[in-house]
Amino acid sequence: MSSMQIRENLKSVSLIVLMFVLWEVACVLFHISPIVLPRPSAIFTTLFVQMPALWPNILQTLATTMVGFGLGMVIGVALGVFVGVSRTAYKTAYPLLVGFSSIPKVAVVPIFVLWFGSGTVPAVLTALTTCIFPIVVNVATGLATTEPEMEDVLKALGATRMQVLWNVTLPRAMPYFFASLKVAVTLAFVGTVLSETVASNLGIGTVMMMASSSFDVPLAFAGLFALAFLGIVLYSIFALIEQRVCGWAIRKQDLAMG
Amino acid sequence: MTITIAPTEHGVTRIAQLENVQVRFGKGENTFLALDRTNLTVRAGDFVAMVGPSGCGKSTILKLVAGLLKPTDGMVFVAGREVGAEQVGIGMAFQNPTMLPWLTIRQNIMLPLKIVKPYSDTFRRDKDTVFRERADALLAKVGLTGFGDRRPWELSGGMLQRANLCRALIHSPKLLMLDEPFGALDQFTREELWAILQDLWMETKPTVFLVTHDLREAAFLASRILVMSARPGRVTEDRAVDFPRPRTLETTFESGFTDLTNDLRRMIFAARQGV
Repeated sequence: MSSMQIRENLKSVSLIVLMFVLWEVACVLFHISPIVLPRPSAIFTTLFVQMPALWPNILQTLATTMVGFGLGMVIGVALGVFVGVSRTAYKTAYPLLVGFSSIPKVAVVPIFVLWFGSGTVPAVLTALTTCIFPIVVNVATGLATTEPEMEDVLKALGATRMQVLWNVTLPRAMPYFFASLKVAVTLAFVGTVLSETVASNLGIGTVMMMASSSFDVPLAFAGLFALAFLGIVLYSIFALIEQRVCGWAIRKQDLAMG
Repeated sequence: MTITIAPTEHGVTRIAQLENVQVRFGKGENTFLALDRTNLTVRAGDFVAMVGPSGCGKSTILKLVAGLLKPTDGMVFVAGREVGAEQVGIGMAFQNPTMLPWLTIRQNIMLPLKIVKPYSDTFRRDKDTVFRERADALLAKVGLTGFGDRRPWELSGGMLQRANLCRALIHSPKLLMLDEPFGALDQFTREELWAILQDLWMETKPTVFLVTHDLREAAFLASRILVMSARPGRVTEDRAVDFPRPRTLETTFESGFTDLTNDLRRMIFAARQGV
């Protein structure tokens, strides 16, 4: 890691620390009740003390998210390729995709519960539906983006459609694909927790619902912190993979996350 | 599919032939004629430059010969066969160098070898030995020694265009299509690349179609200049250029050279008035 990257990372960490400090100070200064907004120190303490009880729920949420995300990735890529390889399919399917993606995912949870009962299955499905559209749209857009001159060069050489796809179209779509994975993995989290808060008996979403109904506000916030932390970790993992696979699209100094 | 045998005339092969070719673009009422009743015969080893007012169908002819476009009417023969009948492995370079950013310069240049037979058959085996040397030798000729491992974005526009020429020539094509390859470069780089292109051409004598707006470029490089009329395009003048080779920048100061470019300028001006 170069010294510039270290400095940039240091800035990001400082900002997070600063936010917690301000929060803590505000709680003390304005005598905010812990029922309304607990102090970060109290939340971290709860997180630490309750960890044995939280841990299985964290694993449950993580597993549900990864399964939903994995399925979303496979189906999303398949759909994206299907839509993206032909200009007609792209134009025809786009309105439908936009329509589906604008449906609030909260609205589909009850339907999944109706079909599959409460528990892990609706959570996986909600994660899937939440994360799939950015993947489909990005893969389709990546494949549909062409450089006509490059294709002319290849066709004049006598390249087949497969050769053009393999040598130009697919590599060019890679940055779109990985950019969508970063977004999709965090969205899958949102979907999982959403479903867990509505109909499940395990997972961070469930913990938070139960904590809030028993006015254990620090525990509810501890759940939030756990989620945020997991989100950052997963995002970073995919950002790192993206950097490795298609660093050519990001180029040098812009390698910082996001 | 009509297949005719390449006719020979005084031992010279006609490599490309356009017979009464018409190209119409668009659909319904919005059609326009890009090319009208064009006849053209190009012998193997010709360096043909096409000049004319913009939109006159220069690039259309290029695309017809490269097999990227089908004529609305008429016939296009390349190497004696109707276009599209067989893989010909035509080298092509545009104003935009279109180097693929995920490949190194060398990998970019070697791309045609991956596609054109017979090279593609042994690509896996030869890509780190024979083909690599071939690419490096070509890079050296255009003054890019040591840049093979760089990425496209690390190179300037002029360097990318040099690499672009390498990519168009790596598989020793019989036909080379150049669509304003130096249009975006500054005057000095451009003139330097003329000399380089001339050297490369003199080595293997491929047949070249060069589309250009630069009349000095046409006069410097070509052995034959076609002047085209405004749309619908037709060849109005077909002039042989026989300055001895290798031509140098000195050549461009000779009176014969200036006379030629002035003549061309007058003809294009007249063609534009005819709109």
